[in-house]
Amino acid sequence: MFIINCPYCGERDQTEFSCGGEAHIERPKQPTELSDDQWAEYLFMRKNIKGIQFERWNHIHGCRKWFNVVRDTSNDKIHAVYKMGERPPIK
Amino acid sequence: MSNNLRINKNNFIDQTVRISFKFNGKKLFGYKGDTLASALLANNIHLVGRSFKYHRPRGIMTCGSEEPNAIVQVGKDPALTDPNVRATEIELYEGLEAFSQNCWPSVNFDIGGINNFLSPLLPAGFYYKTFMWPASFWEKYEFFIRHSAGLGKSPTKPDRDLYDHQYVHCDVLVIGGGISGILSAKLSAEKGLNTMLINDKSYLGGSTIYQDDDIFKINNETSNVWLKNQIEELKKIPNLTIKNRTSVAAFHGYNYLLARENLTDHLSAHERKEKIRQRLLKIRTKKVVIATGAIERPLIFNNNDRPGIILSSSIKKYIDYYGVKTGKNISLFTNNDSAYETAISLNKSGVKVKVIIDIRENSNSILSEKIEKTGIKILRGYTITNTNGYKRVNSIEVMKLSKDGGSIVGNKITYKCDCLGISGGWTPMVHLFTQSGGKLKFRNNDNVFIPDENKTPSEQISVGSSNGDFELDDVINNTVKNIKIFLGLDKNNYENLDIKCSKEKQKRNIWLLPSNKPISKTKPFLDFQNDSTAKDVKLALREGFKSIEHVKRYTTTGMGTDQGKLSNMHALGIVADTTGTNMGELGTTTFRPPYTPLTFGTIVGRNVGEFFDHTRRTAIHDWHVENKAEFENVGQWKRPWYFPRNGETMYQAVQRESKAARESAGILDASTLGKIDLQGEDVSEFLNRIYTNAWSKLAIGKCRYGLMLNEDGMVYDDGVTTRLGENHYIMTTTTGGAANVLSKLEDYLQTEWPELNVYLTTVTDQYSTMSICGPNSKKIVKKIIPSLDLSDEGFPHMSFKNSKINNVNCRIMRISFTGEHSYEINVQSNYAKDVWEKCIEAGKEFNITPYGTETMHLLRAEKGFIITGQDTDGTLTPSDLQMDWIIGKKKYDFIGKRSLYRSDTIREDRKQLVGLLTDDPKEVLEEGAQLVESLEKPIDMLGHVTSSYFSPNLNKSIALAVVRSGKKLNGKKLIVPMENRNIIVTITDAVFYDKENKRLNA
Ligand SMILES: [Zn+2]
Repeated sequence: MFIINCPYCGERDQTEFSCGGEAHIERPKQPTELSDDQWAEYLFMRKNIKGIQFERWNHIHGCRKWFNVVRDTSNDKIHAVYKMGERPPIK
Repeated sequence: MSNNLRINKNNFIDQTVRISFKFNGKKLFGYKGDTLASALLANNIHLVGRSFKYHRPRGIMTCGSEEPNAIVQVGKDPALTDPNVRATEIELYEGLEAFSQNCWPSVNFDIGGINNFLSPLLPAGFYYKTFMWPASFWEKYEFFIRHSAGLGKSPTKPDRDLYDHQYVHCDVLVIGGGISGILSAKLSAEKGLNTMLINDKSYLGGSTIYQDDDIFKINNETSNVWLKNQIEELKKIPNLTIKNRTSVAAFHGYNYLLARENLTDHLSAHERKEKIRQRLLKIRTKKVVIATGAIERPLIFNNNDRPGIILSSSIKKYIDYYGVKTGKNISLFTNNDSAYETAISLNKSGVKVKVIIDIRENSNSILSEKIEKTGIKILRGYTITNTNGYKRVNSIEVMKLSKDGGSIVGNKITYKCDCLGISGGWTPMVHLFTQSGGKLKFRNNDNVFIPDENKTPSEQISVGSSNGDFELDDVINNTVKNIKIFLGLDKNNYENLDIKCSKEKQKRNIWLLPSNKPISKTKPFLDFQNDSTAKDVKLALREGFKSIEHVKRYTTTGMGTDQGKLSNMHALGIVADTTGTNMGELGTTTFRPPYTPLTFGTIVGRNVGEFFDHTRRTAIHDWHVENKAEFENVGQWKRPWYFPRNGETMYQAVQRESKAARESAGILDASTLGKIDLQGEDVSEFLNRIYTNAWSKLAIGKCRYGLMLNEDGMVYDDGVTTRLGENHYIMTTTTGGAANVLSKLEDYLQTEWPELNVYLTTVTDQYSTMSICGPNSKKIVKKIIPSLDLSDEGFPHMSFKNSKINNVNCRIMRISFTGEHSYEINVQSNYAKDVWEKCIEAGKEFNITPYGTETMHLLRAEKGFIITGQDTDGTLTPSDLQMDWIIGKKKYDFIGKRSLYRSDTIREDRKQLVGLLTDDPKEVLEEGAQLVESLEKPIDMLGHVTSSYFSPNLNKSIALAVVRSGKKLNGKKLIVPMENRNIIVTITDAVFYDKENKRLNA
């Protein structure tokens, strides 16, 4: 069980958060112009990396804000936390 | 004590306090400070159980948590009895009752013992191989397997004991109360760090606290005296918490650990009263020191499992700590110097040591020299090839080992003995280290896996023998040196201690010791609890299992309640030897939490009974209770299910309620529906994006039904939203979906559309909702609020008005989930019960009938209205539900729109919602029942029933179902095959009642 540093509240136990899957997948602005395959790419395709993964997290039992987390899925080490709309601080 | 097995000099056992206890019904005595195991041994009882597969007699083998054999059932009370408890860890208390397990009718005469003679027929994988075929016989086999394979018995009544959870935060957590743990805790606490020391024993000091031989000295005091003084000083430090009788069960990432604190298990029933039995500590700590020590390994040789065969270091503890002789004529068998320490202790206490069999060719340490002076016979380069004695070892057979250790030479010598101490070296307890993500490395010279300092997670350290240091000077010096770096300490008092101890010089290790018989004729046990032998491991390898994880599962080695604490290393060693692999490359099996078994009580703590989950009650709940409602759990909510009168069944009550609602008036507590308040100038645009239909043109004071999809096009939730003002709306959601819908909306607003000016607030609990329906609903509302214009022109269907009931503000919506003329009255929750009672009072002359969820479901089914989550399951589009009318065709985009014309969602043979009528109108279908076209095999499943009721208003059975290509099948007959009959149904329109919606304005 890890500790997440909510950018709005500070360090809290993982039980206060929920994970929203891979980050930086933008909803297409013109879905109607996409082919089935392009839409399916947005809808279904997600990375499942062993290693550094960019994720969305929600402080659901706290401030309820969404933000991004860079986590190493092999050891749960969190390398960075940044707000929605911000660029990842590391690659 | 009979047999004179107790010696008198002792610092740890209080021989002035005699304690009576029962084992297998027999009354026995021990002393305060004893464990059940030490007390049994003092009573000359070695045989305590039968083994799992062969039912071989088994005795106490260890003195700690690694005990594989002496696991007992404690207590008889059906609510409190505890199975699979290690006798070596049970502290003796007045009135303790314990029983042997896995034997019938008794431990001395056990019918299952026949398995021992059948054992050639019970090799590894026996169950897998034998009971596979024919499959239909499994039910018959299972009964016998379950009866012969059980360990202890579960309690049959609810546990009356109290359990607790506690959060702990500290700077440094030290795990282990032995010498390295004590030094670590002391150094940490003296630095001013908030420190917790966790120790699974009732006393501190580990094995050093009874090491009183003058070979082992620290600053000129014997090691036990020196340590005792350290402990006294330690106890005075204020920023240190010591938790005895506490065992760390799990070590998770980010230094989060779970530990079980035993608070009353060592007390008599009388002393336990009203006290918390066990407490789960949930610990977050900045740093962790693992000082969990090492456990002694057995040796693997033929018939090494007889009662009386005990780990050598345990024999030492029984004599030095408990003052108990484990036999009168003891022999020792070893591959290292530890057995010599045991021999010294036994010799000092006047116990005869017949012979020490050492597989090493020579040994010239201080310890072995001291033994040689006593005249105890040492056979060097020998092994034991067999032991004799069924219920207690009575002799051993010894032969010389060949140079390479692979076979034996010369003649057999037999020695009589009533106890055999065995020592195969030491295994560091690295379980917690690996649980935390640490990786091990293999040390070849003494065959141990130890923590790899380069692959240790940050902010933790392993010290002492859990880090591979086994000799006193190494333990102290390395612990002090490493803790100093780990905690950033300055110079301290422990850096230049004068330490004297024996140093081991020779090593020899043979994982499987040879015998004069072929291996197939021997029983070299590896896993004593699961009865797997070295033979089984070799068989698994011959049959092609290569991975150690597979070998483990096939042979069940290491899968008992002791998780193979004694057996794992030998299993690995034998696999490595047999396959010619290096053990370091082989790696270990995974150590999983918990380190020792936890009670369910500890895990759940106080979260039992009504505290298992939150219970949500509406503001009108008390009225429902007073009026004898039966309740249904809907998520965490308690909702009235139906209101039986005069002994009505549910069916009768629902039929009456449903008729009343259509014929005159019914009232429903709808407060549990989710309510979200939306404000901001972009709310209508937001609603446009999240609902399938158009919202921009909704006038103030109007209501609209909306369907919400997931991005994959599947129906997610539904409900009515009302425009209260220019920039102010209130949305209702399903009861179960409320929290998730709010989260989903917040997600889109925060991440995809941050430019929208919309604020969301949940008001589910703040507002209560009562829905009055039926042809007389208007008259009732008129009575409560005479000033309100209730004309169809002034207050039409799907509109809203603010009003007052006396001085209470209320929002009234004219919306309907029953198809009847209805009003929903929303008031602030603290007025709700009062307003509800006013409605009931006003409705009396119209026989206003309170109804619950069951009638609500029936009434909406008559109208063909769906319930998301009942008629839908996350795989149905609006079109599948025949709700194409609600899709805003002109809208450019909304959540899920693009998915509605994916190749899969436009298939015509998708499952679609239809109505069903049974040919026999009295026959009510079961929800979930399958629908088929023909009974010819293979039978093709076309769909299933989602909702089904007997409609009192139509006087026939009705149902909703999802059926493949259902839209095209109107009028078609299908079959609902049931266990003993087939029901014929006809597909119809899903709206059964008032298709023209005349009643809305009735
Ligand atoms: Zn927060």
